[in-house]
Amino acid sequence: MIEMPDTLKFHFDVDGSDFSSAGEASVVVKKKLRQLGYPADIIRKVSIAMYEGEINMVIHANGGTAEVEIHENEIVIILSDHGPGIPDVNLAMQEGYSTARENIRVLGFGAGMGLPNMKKYTDYMKIDTKVGEGTTITMKVYL
Amino acid sequence: MKLESLCNSLSLKVITGDTEREFSGVYVGDFLSRAMTCVKQDYLWITIMTNSNVIAVASLTDAAAVLLAEDVVLLPDALEAARENGITILSSSLDAYRLCLHIGKLLEES
Repeated sequence: MIEMPDTLKFHFDVDGSDFSSAGEASVVVKKKLRQLGYPADIIRKVSIAMYEGEINMVIHANGGTAEVEIHENEIVIILSDHGPGIPDVNLAMQEGYSTARENIRVLGFGAGMGLPNMKKYTDYMKIDTKVGEGTTITMKVYL
Repeated sequence: MKLESLCNSLSLKVITGDTEREFSGVYVGDFLSRAMTCVKQDYLWITIMTNSNVIAVASLTDAAAVLLAEDVVLLPDALEAARENGITILSSSLDAYRLCLHIGKLLEES
């Protein structure tokens, strides 16, 4: 009998200099989850949350890392960057609030929906941020 | 409705991908975060955005196809990404409003 490991882990380096590759890690995770047979609604939640996080790291923090852990009862996404940090988390969590510059907005970003979408589509979200040092966001989708 | 019927009825150009798939709804918008949550599986997504992030969103949302309005042209790396990920890209000279009018009428008739 083949035993499945208790936890599957994936690591991604998110390139902060290349907008054209932003979202690649999310697409890979989505494909993995689909191969593993997870329900469409779970895949959708993880895809949206991770994509938004990935984009935020590219827009605001010059990239970072994404860890995805698939446990028996939950999928955990940990996004870490060494960007400028978020000075006012409550303000950043408001739908429509964005500090993205005009050159970013013309690419279709900066709707001010990133963090709100991440919260809305996950069952748990924690933001650890320090101005000048960086941000780590932990999100969980329960299975 | 099948994408193929839509292409024939509205004389859409098929930039890449197949038109065998059915679409079950339509979303119009250019803000990617909005599209990410509003484009549902098997939807047709009408946009004027042309960068490769459009392909990431279409792939993540399982859109049936992306319909580029106003004859906008996909950037080369976006076209390559669409081919790699098997995303169907359609194009029309009409703007999003007129496309919606026509598509709405077609869906009513079908």
